[in-house]
Amino acid sequence: MNVFWSDWSAIDTWIVITAALAAMACALPGTFLLLRRESLMGDALSHATLPGMVLAFLVLNAATQAGWLTPAGMTAWRHPALFVGAAISGVLCGLLAELLQRWGRMEPSAALGVVFTSLFALGLLLIRTWADQAHIDPGCVLYGNLEMVIADPFGQSGIPRAVVINGAMLAVNATLLLLFYKEIKLCTFDRDLARSLGIPADRVHLMLLAMTGATVVAAFESVGSILVIAMLVAPPATALLLSDRLGGVLIGALIVAVVTAFGGHLAALALPVMLHRWAGAAEASSVSTAGMMAVVAGGLFLTTWFLSPRYGLLRQRLDQARLRRRILSEDILGVLYRLEELRPAAVPGADNASLAATLSVAPWRLWRALSRLTQRGWIVAGGQGVILTPEGRKAARDLVRSHRLWESYLAKHFVIPDRRLHTLAEAAEHFVGPKIQEALAEELEQPVRDPHGATIPPSTAS
Amino acid sequence: MSDPSSPLSVHDLTVAYQRQPVLWNIDYEAPAARLVAIVGPNGAGKSTLIKALLDLIPRATGEVQFFSQTYQQSRQRVAYVPQRTTVDWDFPVTAHDVVTMGLYGRLGWFRPVTRAAKRESLEALERVGLADFAKRQISQLSGGQQQRVFLARALVQQADLYLMDEPFAGVDAATERTIVGLLQGLRGEGKTALVVHHDLQTVNEYFDDVLLLNMRVIAAGPVATVFNAENLKRTYGGKLALLDQVGHQMVLAGRPQ
Repeated sequence: MNVFWSDWSAIDTWIVITAALAAMACALPGTFLLLRRESLMGDALSHATLPGMVLAFLVLNAATQAGWLTPAGMTAWRHPALFVGAAISGVLCGLLAELLQRWGRMEPSAALGVVFTSLFALGLLLIRTWADQAHIDPGCVLYGNLEMVIADPFGQSGIPRAVVINGAMLAVNATLLLLFYKEIKLCTFDRDLARSLGIPADRVHLMLLAMTGATVVAAFESVGSILVIAMLVAPPATALLLSDRLGGVLIGALIVAVVTAFGGHLAALALPVMLHRWAGAAEASSVSTAGMMAVVAGGLFLTTWFLSPRYGLLRQRLDQARLRRRILSEDILGVLYRLEELRPAAVPGADNASLAATLSVAPWRLWRALSRLTQRGWIVAGGQGVILTPEGRKAARDLVRSHRLWESYLAKHFVIPDRRLHTLAEAAEHFVGPKIQEALAEELEQPVRDPHGATIPPSTAS
Repeated sequence: MSDPSSPLSVHDLTVAYQRQPVLWNIDYEAPAARLVAIVGPNGAGKSTLIKALLDLIPRATGEVQFFSQTYQQSRQRVAYVPQRTTVDWDFPVTAHDVVTMGLYGRLGWFRPVTRAAKRESLEALERVGLADFAKRQISQLSGGQQQRVFLARALVQQADLYLMDEPFAGVDAATERTIVGLLQGLRGEGKTALVVHHDLQTVNEYFDDVLLLNMRVIAAGPVATVFNAENLKRTYGGKLALLDQVGHQMVLAGRPQ
């Protein structure tokens, strides 16, 4: 780490600040696009804003040439004009897509696809026709120009212009969101209710599109078009795995955005060094911070998806494994209990082989379950293998009671063959629990025998 | 219109999807302080009717008045319970949040959700028996509980007319009892509910009035007089093939009306 920590300079700090502000500005509208399942709208808008920006540029040019604006005034107005142009064409893109959908009977994504590519083409055409001298660098368009932010300060302040622009965009987005929080929330969740309450859901949606369009343009210049899309989607998607409150998701997305910016730049610094040292690669001069941010964003999402405490893959797998173990243990208790019922005098017990065969389970799973039950003090060695302790017998009785009550309940309401009845109850018995058990017994008027004629054991609770 | 106290009066309402009419010339006066079942086969236009009344979908022709006013003027007095399947239940909000949404219109623009509003929505959750579930994310509720959340959201609006789209669809027995109890409570307060209903067996038991619908109004009035075998046969019998065909001809001719 020290290798590049010592090289950390003001430039690095500004790069991280710029990237963080851009990512945070994107995360706010991105969250709502994600919740509307319209994430690719960001991609569409980043293209669709081109004609608006070109037109704004042309209008300013014309105004300067006509003498309405001084060249200095033109420089001052350039950015605001570009944003207005971008926001307008963003709204236009949304409106046109909506119209095509409604009148052209097109599927939403198809309509959007037609509209944004057409608008992009229009933008290119405008450039070729009237602004051919405009310089467009494809590398800059894709990856942005984060490394150079310091070279373009805002006025005399020494603060990079990109920081001011993205910071302003973040402030605008945050303000709009605070002002219209409930309306945006409701329109995203339930458009019909919003409209029936008199909230113009369509206009709120267009505002979101205008926000997204302007944000994309603000971030675009510094972080590039690919990363803009990553920042619109990845931080909100990650945060959505961590919180199930809208406020939590928004704050989480902002935090993930900052972490992504910082991590992305660190990775961009560290990667060439590491590649050089370990893989023997030639020392690369630089790795794009923006590109690494996209990588980090993806990595954070995957990690979260895997480890998230509530919805994570790992957690799901662990829960499933635990459930399987519980079911197996309970099944063992059930088998032992039924053996005792069959031969009440003998306390027969069961050995591993017959248990494994009865429950059709792998020997090592059975062995693990048996040792767990022994540890809990529910079974001990005895009879032909293991037998129930009084504690274990109580648990087993409870389970068998659930099983037979469930069989009785099913038999009361449905015509099901005996064999099938048993299989169904075998699956359901683990999920009955004391409350439902009581309710079942009550509805069946405290039955004594199950449909097969076996005794339903009395409740262990009483 | 004829009766100034009528919570809803519809005159010659026609609705077309992709120019093909799905509801034809609907005329209807809803009686005050009654529970009305809207009954008809699939594709009869029951949901479409409710949505068209609320301006959620455009209507080709017709006039709709709520309490002798336009919908814009009487919004506060009308509450809508959409079908449960119309929203994304994975959305990151709690049951309490969803109920509070019913108050967003009354709260007004730029205002944060007040403490009083939160208390009001919690009371509504209590009325549907879900106070203990207020803080649950909505995907962790059962189908019946989700439906009750929607009902609570309509209750907080304190409307005088409730339009409900299949509140009984796919709910458990406890929820069904809760909904019936609530409906009767609303009627007791002099309010009216129009409920899209699928279970013909319970129409008699739950409702006072019925509106039999199959692209047109087949019959409307008190359950005792209107809900009989003959009217049901007219509602469900046949697919009204000719009506469909004429609609189709209109589409081909490119003229909605």
